[in-house]
Amino acid sequence: MIVVDQLTKRYGRQLAVDRVSFRCEPGTVTGFLGPNGAGKSTTLRMICGLTPPNEGHATIGGLPYARLGNPGRRVGVLLDASAQHKGRTGRETLQLSAQLLGAPNSRVEELLKLVGLPPSAAKKRVGGYSLGMRQRLGIAQALLGDPQVLILDEPANGLDPEGIYWMRVLLRDFADRGGTVLLSSHLLREVEAVADRLVMIGNGRIIAQGSKHELLAGGGTRVRALDPAALRAAITEAGLPVTPTADGALLVQADPERVGRAVAGTGIVLLELRPADDGGLEQMFLTLTSNHQDQERTEKEPVR
Amino acid sequence: MTATVEAPTTAEQAWAPDPRPSLATLTAVELRKLVDTRAGRWLLAIIVLACAGMAAIQLGFNDREFRTFEAFFLGSALPIGILLPVLGILTVTSEWSQRTAQTTFALVPERSRVLIGKLVAGGLAALGSVIASLVIGAAANVIAAGTGGDAGWQLGGAAVGGIVVAQLVNVTMGVAFGMALLNTPLAIVAYFALPTAWGILAQLVSALETAAEWLDFSLTMAPMLNGDTLTGEQWAQFGTSVAAWVLLPLVVGFFRVLRSEVN
Repeated sequence: MIVVDQLTKRYGRQLAVDRVSFRCEPGTVTGFLGPNGAGKSTTLRMICGLTPPNEGHATIGGLPYARLGNPGRRVGVLLDASAQHKGRTGRETLQLSAQLLGAPNSRVEELLKLVGLPPSAAKKRVGGYSLGMRQRLGIAQALLGDPQVLILDEPANGLDPEGIYWMRVLLRDFADRGGTVLLSSHLLREVEAVADRLVMIGNGRIIAQGSKHELLAGGGTRVRALDPAALRAAITEAGLPVTPTADGALLVQADPERVGRAVAGTGIVLLELRPADDGGLEQMFLTLTSNHQDQERTEKEPVR
Repeated sequence: MTATVEAPTTAEQAWAPDPRPSLATLTAVELRKLVDTRAGRWLLAIIVLACAGMAAIQLGFNDREFRTFEAFFLGSALPIGILLPVLGILTVTSEWSQRTAQTTFALVPERSRVLIGKLVAGGLAALGSVIASLVIGAAANVIAAGTGGDAGWQLGGAAVGGIVVAQLVNVTMGVAFGMALLNTPLAIVAYFALPTAWGILAQLVSALETAAEWLDFSLTMAPMLNGDTLTGEQWAQFGTSVAAWVLLPLVVGFFRVLRSEVN
């Protein structure tokens, strides 16, 4: 449904987005993950035709965004909830968009209700909205044309925990009914909770992509011992790649059985040995991102 | 979200493009945007107040024979000609300062069509202002009739035609300056200061006098604002001013908006 092919964007000599390619299929939520400044927003803007790419292209439903005719009917876009006229009311903001894409005003009322903006809030100027309310307004605007595709940049920003849960249910439901969702975030937890597929980006390049389960399975084994140093030595001895985690445990790129066998004969007292499910993704994210940055640095070194 | 979402049978099957929003729709939306914010409504209120003030001054201080429908009509066109272009500037620059360009161009990726909608909306606002001038002029003339003015009702076609052209050009120039500069304070200052600075310069430097006769709007537009019929040369001078102050920034502005990145 969304096909991104070798998108590249340069600002001066800086490569903001470097040959980024991925696909988002109907019925799935794709999480576009990366630290701030990794190139997520630039990529999304290029998909929506707001930023011209230097190379590569993107299509939605087989068409470039600019050729969709009436894109609001096909693609719901929320790139920045604060990019609204502060002097317009929430309702007026939606009615303008509805008029532009040819949706009836009843649809505006429907969506105000759906996103939880009561009439008292709808008649207030957007300048007085909290960030959470703006996100809700932005979601309403994205859904106005009853699209099949949603492209959302950091939609959870500014939402309270209840709002974040609401957003997850909404996006999951949208995808379960056959819609395609692409959402970006710099928060792993947020994406992990709702996405089926993950695309990770760092320094403008795709670092990893695949289904969440695939990537989680690659998260390795989490192991903790009374004597971490001895544990690390034993695992390294066995030739298994190991990285320490923040809480004193080790993350090993191998299944639990191999880790168990590696320490079985050593007499080391284990406190924990299990597939790194919950923390694994985060660890991988941090590891991959920092590895990538290190690599970038060494690549750039000789140029200077 | 009551409607069901239909998934295409295969991901590779390309969608058929939908019909684009019509230019009429785009223009209607742009007209609505002129008046649906506090800034826009304030500006319109100030314009109406300025017109009323102008009529009051004419009623109070004009000689008897200059208290006529045509005089009041031309008088009210003056503050409109100064202030309405600011609305033209804002229709473009507010999309950047408020960052609504992001939504606008996400819904209408063909940016030139949005700009045409803005130009047409500005033109309609200019025509509307001429009708407002007629109404204000008539109201003032009724008062003049009761307060010892000449109160004649004759209105030359040259006066109406001249004001229509002048207001269209004024507002279009505002929109063009907005498009070329994409920044509200910068565009407003440039819109007012550049022609004035050029006029002063031309007065100080005698070598520029001839150029000013062709390029200074305060000179080339003057016959229209006085309700006179323009001669061929006057039309040529006016046209040259339009090319320099309206068409040039318009072309620059189109390129700028079409090529710029929207954040």
